[in-house]
Amino acid sequence: MTITVAGEKKEYKDGLTLPELIDAEQVETPEYVTVSINDEFILTENKASTILKEGDTVEFLYFMGGGQ
Amino acid sequence: MAMTDEQIERYSRHIILKEVGAKGQKKLLNAKVLIIGAGGLGAPAAMYLAAAGVGTIGIVDADEVDLSNLQRQIIHSTADIGKPKVKSAKETMNAMNPDVEVKTYHKFVDSTNIRELIREYDFVIDGTDNFPAKFLINDACVMEKKPFSHAGIIRFKGQLMTYVPGEGPCYRCVFKNPPPKDAVPTCKQAGVIGAMGGVIGSLQAMEAIKYIVGVGELLTGKLLTYDAVNQEFRKIKLPTDTSKCPVCGTHPTITELIDYEQEICEETASRFEAER
Ligand SMILES: [Zn+2]
Repeated sequence: MTITVAGEKKEYKDGLTLPELIDAEQVETPEYVTVSINDEFILTENKASTILKEGDTVEFLYFMGGGQ
Repeated sequence: MAMTDEQIERYSRHIILKEVGAKGQKKLLNAKVLIIGAGGLGAPAAMYLAAAGVGTIGIVDADEVDLSNLQRQIIHSTADIGKPKVKSAKETMNAMNPDVEVKTYHKFVDSTNIRELIREYDFVIDGTDNFPAKFLINDACVMEKKPFSHAGIIRFKGQLMTYVPGEGPCYRCVFKNPPPKDAVPTCKQAGVIGAMGGVIGSLQAMEAIKYIVGVGELLTGKLLTYDAVNQEFRKIKLPTDTSKCPVCGTHPTITELIDYEQEICEETASRFEAER
């Protein structure tokens, strides 16, 4: 299936879970990343059970704390 | 109030823009912006807002200028080392533009002082370096119905978003709670390219100016990310449903400000230096 991850179209196997995608994309500090799929935030408690499907658009939003 | 001949000349490059004009410049001269943190982000933001003729600029910072700041905090000079950052910032801004009234607050923001502090301003810029302060600013701005620009920078990356009451998600809509201390690296642990503050802090100043003048689209409901390694900007659309947010949602559970455990970047950095 084709999904869009951070703006890029990518091929993944059908039935891919969100944790598998996070792993494959080598997401930094995965426990603290916010995920949105098709313009909806995925609650932390639902991350593990989320399964991706053809055409999904996934964004990873990272904490960025610096500024001084 | 009419502008003086000197003001008309000083701001001529603004006034000539049809989106700004004399009307927009007067809005800037009458506007009040509060910058929290006079560091990597706050320095360029403060300088561009002062140059633009924003009439009142407040600066909050409890720190003194340190040698390790000068790689990026361009509002301060070598001669300013040891001076309160707010004082050094005020001197630079006054020298640049005497039209601007700079108000200084030599302190940390916390749950007891922030709401009163932001109340008299039209727009707030978050230029702080730690999550407790970023969440505090967000919650206070939601409660006081103040628009603000959030930003963060680290290594070769930066990002920002703008909150305008009722027009899109707040910072807490995106990030529910501060990460545990040291779970996510900060600048002092990870480093940051000095010019990153210039890029992102200038974009924050741009958001403030656009909000005041009332031109174009702000970064509401969007997170603009910048990756300097690949010279890539991305504007990520944020979910629009804010109803479940604990602070800006329809049934807020956070109704009082929270002082999370403070982690003071510069202080820890100098301690780190001393230990080396
Ligand atoms: Zn919110």
